[in-house]
Amino acid sequence: MAEAAQPAIRTRGLNLWYGDFQALFDVDLDIARGRVTSLIGPSGCGKSTLLRSVNRIVERLDYVRTSGSIEVMGHDVLAEGVALTRLRQEVGMVFQRPNPLPISIRKNVLFAHRLHHPGRRTRTGDDEVVERALREVLLWDQVKDRLSDLATGLSLEEQQKLYIARLLPVKPSVLLMDEPCSALDPEATSAVEELIWELRGDYSILIVTHNMAQARRASDECVFMLMGKVVEHSVTGDMFVTPEHTETADYIEGRYG
Amino acid sequence: MARKEGGSAGGDHLGREWWWDKIAQAVLFGGGISAIVFVIAIFVFVAQQGLGFALFDLDLATFFTSPQWRPTSEPEPIFGALALIVGTASITGLAMLVSVPFSIGAAIFIGEFASGRTREILKVLVELLAAIPSVVWGFIGLMVMSPLLMDVFDVPVGVSVLNAGLILGLMAAPIMTTIAEDALKAVPDGFREAAEAMGATRWQVIRQVVLPSAKNGLVAAVLLGVGRGFGETMAVLMASGHSINMPSSPLDPVRALTATIAAELGETARGSEHYRALFSIGILLFAVTFVINLLADVFVRGRRASR
Repeated sequence: MAEAAQPAIRTRGLNLWYGDFQALFDVDLDIARGRVTSLIGPSGCGKSTLLRSVNRIVERLDYVRTSGSIEVMGHDVLAEGVALTRLRQEVGMVFQRPNPLPISIRKNVLFAHRLHHPGRRTRTGDDEVVERALREVLLWDQVKDRLSDLATGLSLEEQQKLYIARLLPVKPSVLLMDEPCSALDPEATSAVEELIWELRGDYSILIVTHNMAQARRASDECVFMLMGKVVEHSVTGDMFVTPEHTETADYIEGRYG
Repeated sequence: MARKEGGSAGGDHLGREWWWDKIAQAVLFGGGISAIVFVIAIFVFVAQQGLGFALFDLDLATFFTSPQWRPTSEPEPIFGALALIVGTASITGLAMLVSVPFSIGAAIFIGEFASGRTREILKVLVELLAAIPSVVWGFIGLMVMSPLLMDVFDVPVGVSVLNAGLILGLMAAPIMTTIAEDALKAVPDGFREAAEAMGATRWQVIRQVVLPSAKNGLVAAVLLGVGRGFGETMAVLMASGHSINMPSSPLDPVRALTATIAAELGETARGSEHYRALFSIGILLFAVTFVINLLADVFVRGRRASR
């Protein structure tokens, strides 16, 4: 299949400025389809910026400028006339803090679905969507009897899973995750990691993480960034065993960062 | 009394800092408590002047159902406040029709769309608008709005429910805008970001996420605006026509409760029936604004509790 060779995300010569401050320098990156890729590096190295530029949510700050190109599943997302709503349907994003809207669990799951499928809906149709999404994130059994409860009453782990669940009904192909486990305790972290591993294959997943161990155990590939540049991109096992660059080795061994 | 211990722990003499601390505490305590003292004092005064009359001498049935306000009629004065109540209610109602959409819209624009300088300038202007004295608003009602309404609707009198409602609406808008904007600002930005990342447009974010989350604060803003309209006196006195009348259209002149007190109190003999009847109106106003403010407070608290 020719398609399989095409990466989920491809950036070429990507530069990004916050006002006068340049946060990304000539980033050339191919993120593989159907795999989990970790973005690692010290604070301020630009990994979150890179993640947030893929769905262009970085542009919420109106002093952001970009040059270069970003393609998602072969489509140039920086091109003029790209519908942001369509792009964000294709590229789902999970934030650091689980941030469910203060509405019911059911409505949370349906939120994006309703945005992208306006018009007449049937209750059973909605029920199916909710159940499928919650089953996919392994949350259905815990919450099926309290779908009309406020989502803010769930535990952090459940909130984060719910957060992922509400992306799924609009059928994204890429999931961006910005330190999805940093607000969670170790047990919840491993549950969410398990879920991420489960979703791999159906979705191409790019995760920003500060947690070396997490990158090591829960990703196929790793990208190491430093000062806005990509230093190294390799299969996770290789990066942690035989890093090519001394900066990478120093970072993953905890000599700085 | 942790401070006391801290003060004496340094030695057995009390230093200047200790005295300053005590003085500052006393001054701040006095400032803080004074609001409560004043409110109670005003309430006691108004009640003392009018409550006995309102409960025992005043015919409450007439007060609430008769449109005849004839406090100086001989031999038997009639104290019917219905026309005044209807006057105040119709002016306030119309004012809210004008100012609620305006101020919620302005708050959304300032809070969600405007940025940087535009936003700062708008906020300052809105606050400036709130600082315009009410007599100036009344003057505008009398001198600008009134001829305009006479022209547009081809009526002989331009001071009316419509005039006072428009003026009062403009007056209430700034405070409602400010409070509504605070309510919008209290919505965590993460909600907006998450909704945008799911592909919601700006308008969808506002309508489906921001407004529902800020609902209690917005209701409180509207209620405080209503309270403001209810209590407003001078502008209403000047723009409403100040004639006792059950209005049948927005173009009829009316008289408000507050304006009645302001216009008549100076001409009454202290302690007379008329004087005390005016204080009964004061009690009514006090009760209504108290309830409105209480409701607003309950809504604001509701918003905090649901976080």
